[in-house]
Amino acid sequence: MVMTTHEEKMRTVRFRVAATPHIVVNSEICRSECSVHACVYVCPANLFVPLDDGGILFNYEQCFECGTCYIACNQEGAIRWSYPDGGYGVTFRES
Amino acid sequence: MSVSSAIEQFDVIVVGAGPAGSAAALLSARAGLKVLLLERGEYPGAKNVSGAVFYGSAILNQLIPNWWEQAPVERYVTRRDIAFMSPTTAVALDFRCAGPGYATAPYNGFTVLRPKFDRWLAAQAEAAGAFLLTSTVVDDVLRDNGRIVGVRVRREQGDIYGKVVIACDGVNSFLAKKAGLQREFHPHELSLGVKEVIGLDPAIIQDRFHLTGNDGIAFEYLGAVTEDVHGGAFLYTNRDSLSLGVIGQISSLVERRKRPYELLEGFKAHPAVAPLVRGGKLREYSAHLIPESGWAMLPKLYTDGLLVAGDAAGFCLAAGLYLEGMNYAMQSGLAAAETAIAACQRGNYSARSLATYRKHLKLRHVSTDFRAYRHAPAFVNGSRLQNFYPELIARSMENLFRVDGTAKRKLLPLSYRMARQFEIRPGQLFRDVYQAARAFLW
Repeated sequence: MVMTTHEEKMRTVRFRVAATPHIVVNSEICRSECSVHACVYVCPANLFVPLDDGGILFNYEQCFECGTCYIACNQEGAIRWSYPDGGYGVTFRES
Repeated sequence: MSVSSAIEQFDVIVVGAGPAGSAAALLSARAGLKVLLLERGEYPGAKNVSGAVFYGSAILNQLIPNWWEQAPVERYVTRRDIAFMSPTTAVALDFRCAGPGYATAPYNGFTVLRPKFDRWLAAQAEAAGAFLLTSTVVDDVLRDNGRIVGVRVRREQGDIYGKVVIACDGVNSFLAKKAGLQREFHPHELSLGVKEVIGLDPAIIQDRFHLTGNDGIAFEYLGAVTEDVHGGAFLYTNRDSLSLGVIGQISSLVERRKRPYELLEGFKAHPAVAPLVRGGKLREYSAHLIPESGWAMLPKLYTDGLLVAGDAAGFCLAAGLYLEGMNYAMQSGLAAAETAIAACQRGNYSARSLATYRKHLKLRHVSTDFRAYRHAPAFVNGSRLQNFYPELIARSMENLFRVDGTAKRKLLPLSYRMARQFEIRPGQLFRDVYQAARAFLW
């Protein structure tokens, strides 16, 4: 199948999930200072979920570690990130 | 192996086992230096994504003669297309070359799958004597009196000392920032690439793309293929799969509120692309950032005890006709190794001693190429070149070739009509022509 849903795409990617998140979102900043919520659109893994109260829920487990959210975020300190522990996170096999 | 066995001082610590890092480690190890190559992935290449066409065959051939006979390469590229797209039309510049250097050794470019290629290249560095440590994240540099003397890795007893650190830790280089060499990036300086590897029978690939053996194609697309997002798309043939993807400038994706994977689906559904991917099966989806701003985003390249190379230094040439990273990564990694080797001979690892890196980058045509094309990225990555003109060309051709019983328009009235329809202002057109000339002609 050539045309695929985002869920189908993500199922082809191998992740070794670390115990602790490597990205932390300060939802308070998203709620009070950001009206753009760029992270929701640009994340290629669709990991940022807008909440009813204006906050952002983030799931680090299927992260590509690409850095797009951090670059796109227009609010200082809303997204803090580093790399996951060695050997954890995304493991590409073909790309 | 544990880190503690490696706690004594290395001559060179290379951070990141991509093409820049493995080339640096390989050359340093061959010079007899004690080299540590650190990689945060489970294996080299596990975190790496490119299109990927590797245009550095001639460079690698100088290090490893006939390297393609032993490396995991997919196909050598003998055909390149650049297509300008409207939602329904594609107008392509079609380049095919069966001549020497394209269809014969050392070949102009190879499609590769990075997890396989990078793993092989790192193994060559290991074979040359470098010590490869995978699954190891570098969190910081170690300093002594302000001078960088090693790295701190996220492990027990994680302080590792080295005379020269070469940071090849990719586009998001935390190390270049920790060393005070790179600033934070703006969303207009980077593009996001989303990609799929789609499995397809080799016989179908040969038929569909008119290939005869291990030759391959590299297609690139501009215009409506990314809707109104600044960017482009690509499609390359591997041995038994296609690599295809969409590239979009981050600021533009944000502004247009476009989801990158939806653009990717739109690309595959375009009438000029759909027949090429038909019957394929998705094998892997991936994403990665591309440092597209060239000269404008180059960091300070060295400091006391540390050099920066590859994507970490922004050595990715995104200049319209060219989208090349791995070759510059390799060249800059080799230039960094040459600098480190000379510094070790002198016993001087100060910034002043490492300043010869500039000379080596020049000799390997890295800094000279980026300087020559310094005006290209800002121009090429704008909306007019990536969206407006390609679509204008495609739509003009639709009008030029249309036979519908009405009077044929000659080129001048047709151009006038298109200019009015697309609201082209003569002043803007003149500025674009000037910028294009400055970017590419002189």
